[in-house]
Amino acid sequence: MIQTSIIAWILRAVQFGTIIMFGSMGEILTEKSGNLNLGVPGIMYLGAFSGFASAYLYENGTDNPIGIVCILLALISAFLAAAFGGLIYSFLTITLRANQNVTGLALTTFGMGVANFFGAYLLQGEVYTAAPATNAAFTAKIPALSSIPVIGEAVFSYGFLAYAAIALAIVMHWFLNKTRTGLNLRAVGENPGTADAAGINVTKYKYLATVIGAGISGIGGLYYVLDYNNGIWATTGQIEALGWLAVALVIFTTWKPLSAIWGAYLFGLLYWLYNFLPKLLGATDVERTQSLYQMIPYLVTILVLIVVSMRRKRESQPPASLGLAYFREER
Amino acid sequence: MENMHTSDAITLKGITKSFGTKVIANKNISLSIRRGEVLSLLGENGSGKTTLMNILSGIYYPDEGQVFVGGKEVAIRSPGDSFALGIGMIHQHFKLVDVFTAAENIVLGLKGHGKFDLKAVGEKVRAICERYGFDITPEQKVYDMTVSQKQTLEIVKVLYRGADILILDEPTAVLTPQETEKLFGVIREMKKDGKAIVIITHKLHEVLSVSDRVSILRKGEYIGTVDTKDATEISLTEMMVGKKVTLNIDRKVPVNPKKRLSVQNLSITGEDGIKVLDNITFDAMGGEILGIAGISGCGQKELLEAIAGLKIVDAGSSIDFIEPDTDKPDSLIGKTPRQIKEMGITLSFVPEDRLGMGLVASMGMTDNMMLKSYEQGKSFFVERKQPHDLAEEIKGDLAVVTPSINTPVRRLSGGNVQKVLVGREIAAAPAVLMTAYAVRGLDIGTSYQIYNLLSEQKDKGVAVMYVGEDLDVLIDLCDRILVLCAGKMTGIIDGRTATKEQIGLLMTKTSHGEESANV
Repeated sequence: MIQTSIIAWILRAVQFGTIIMFGSMGEILTEKSGNLNLGVPGIMYLGAFSGFASAYLYENGTDNPIGIVCILLALISAFLAAAFGGLIYSFLTITLRANQNVTGLALTTFGMGVANFFGAYLLQGEVYTAAPATNAAFTAKIPALSSIPVIGEAVFSYGFLAYAAIALAIVMHWFLNKTRTGLNLRAVGENPGTADAAGINVTKYKYLATVIGAGISGIGGLYYVLDYNNGIWATTGQIEALGWLAVALVIFTTWKPLSAIWGAYLFGLLYWLYNFLPKLLGATDVERTQSLYQMIPYLVTILVLIVVSMRRKRESQPPASLGLAYFREER
Repeated sequence: MENMHTSDAITLKGITKSFGTKVIANKNISLSIRRGEVLSLLGENGSGKTTLMNILSGIYYPDEGQVFVGGKEVAIRSPGDSFALGIGMIHQHFKLVDVFTAAENIVLGLKGHGKFDLKAVGEKVRAICERYGFDITPEQKVYDMTVSQKQTLEIVKVLYRGADILILDEPTAVLTPQETEKLFGVIREMKKDGKAIVIITHKLHEVLSVSDRVSILRKGEYIGTVDTKDATEISLTEMMVGKKVTLNIDRKVPVNPKKRLSVQNLSITGEDGIKVLDNITFDAMGGEILGIAGISGCGQKELLEAIAGLKIVDAGSSIDFIEPDTDKPDSLIGKTPRQIKEMGITLSFVPEDRLGMGLVASMGMTDNMMLKSYEQGKSFFVERKQPHDLAEEIKGDLAVVTPSINTPVRRLSGGNVQKVLVGREIAAAPAVLMTAYAVRGLDIGTSYQIYNLLSEQKDKGVAVMYVGEDLDVLIDLCDRILVLCAGKMTGIIDGRTATKEQIGLLMTKTSHGEESANV
């Protein structure tokens, strides 16, 4: 009984963590270029909606939807739509030098609006619509390995995107710390004036990091709908909360992709605490305390912020020019 | 091209660069930079020295004119083009990423060949350091470096890129005299290697000591080039300013100096637990100028702010104001600026950060005057008449150049901003006048105007405290000089007998006991 409970908790936590891991991975890439994109929730909405819509339309337009086509269609459209959100943000903040915070918040509202507006066409008055074939493709478990008792259930029974997230974190760590391009990108976020003088094209780096970063964040939204939410377009309001958690996770990891792996799962465990902890403790009055438990990831983030600012370790600080527009000192 | 010298590394012909329609930063400038030679580019702030060199480093592109490198005409459109031509610029404000190591900063922006190998970079950096006797290690983080090491890193960076034309923009602004000498040693060494070196500066004695030729700019125009051996400080100043200037500070012997401020055992512990000021004890006298010397960031700012009531001091510190008439000490510890003012004590403070702490950048002169007096009015509405008159008075007396006294002060030049601030602080008829880097960024003429204003205040019996970075000026202006090193007071010396070397030694002295014997 307890074992089943714990495994169920881990399952939920890992899936939950995967959503915000994608979200924050994209945001880490973006912030490394000095752009503080608070449009993550909106971008995840765009990714979620486009991914779902393309899969849904494909499934309804063909008799025998093919799994791999579902996956590619959904992934590509989610990435492109979210990257488009990043492009809007880049154009406004890099080219027009608009305020990053305001632009980001506006993008969040924009993404939510677009997704819910067009979502209404998909729903056609129903409570939800589903893309079952795509859902099946995304959630397909690893054969054999997933049937090992306990370990198989807890470790090998997720859709491929959960493993892709881990791989992505490792690749990003390698990219940021071990390649020339990564070094240049970090320099852009730390001190764009220095990067510029060193011959790095600051504008290009900022655009690319922000657009690709937004695309990666968008995959988080896609994962939410097509895997975590069982391929159903409904109750999408949660994407926004997840988007903010992804932003919080960026701070929690102190801008390190590798820490995002365990950080995301920890957030998942903490988020789902409300469902499993009272049961494990044998508490009965679950309904009323639920919101209190759901608050915990945010509390932890606040604590981490306090600890990070107290330790004052230079490597744990945000990129030095995060949130600032760059322009050469033209007179 | 009959006037092109065979050893010319760079020749500029008719370079013109303007920003917008009004500001012409460079106007038809032609000059040459030769191999195996140090060229000084001399001019006041705003004379276009840095703009001209930024054209060579690819930051700006000239509107008109030609650039020849090694006799061939080139177009330098980006910093990358500039590196490729072997031009390396060491910027006045270091272009370094703090959280990166030395090696990471060095390879930044370089196009890769094969594997990205920081170890190999480190080896090459070590070789360069050995060649010139530099004391940096490739693995050191920039935030752990001293100012002098950061500058060394900048030099290593351009050498690593294979530069043989080096441009140094005001390299000595932040160095002690000893560090400056070391840098000049390196420059002479590089010159022997056949490199072409350009130094941008406005310190005349440095021009005379290190360079072979001097090119002078004034207000964006090229005035001329002279051989250093034929030049004197006076002749160079005249070319630079365009008229005869007397570089004299009228330092009178203090008349009847009276103790005005007594600081004892002043300590301040910073947020990270490190003492920013450690047991400082001194008196400031009315009728004298007390200079405060030290490498920047050694506690000068904190010292002035503590006296002004802007910093919390450690227990056991005491700061007493001695009333001029009664000789009664009033403790300033734990008082806010407002409380100090209400005690009837006028402390005037010209902070380092003029447009941050000193003035409100987006407000005009009148409103900035009002900051000091707004709470005096009795009525609900603010009293604008007095501040308006004061603003007019300062504008007239100090010859502030501004379209109107209501123009936001951020639109004024650095010198004029400083005049507004100093004017306001002096108008309060202070008993103590504290200034931090009062002439930073000001041209020679304005600087001397400020020095003379301070001297006037001293003659009126004000206790003046002058935090400065130019040791020559400190020695000429101040009656006594207090030297700080890393928050500790390493000595108070007589300004009339002090030498630069003596101050320089005190500025870098660590707390080892045996060294203090020869003070």
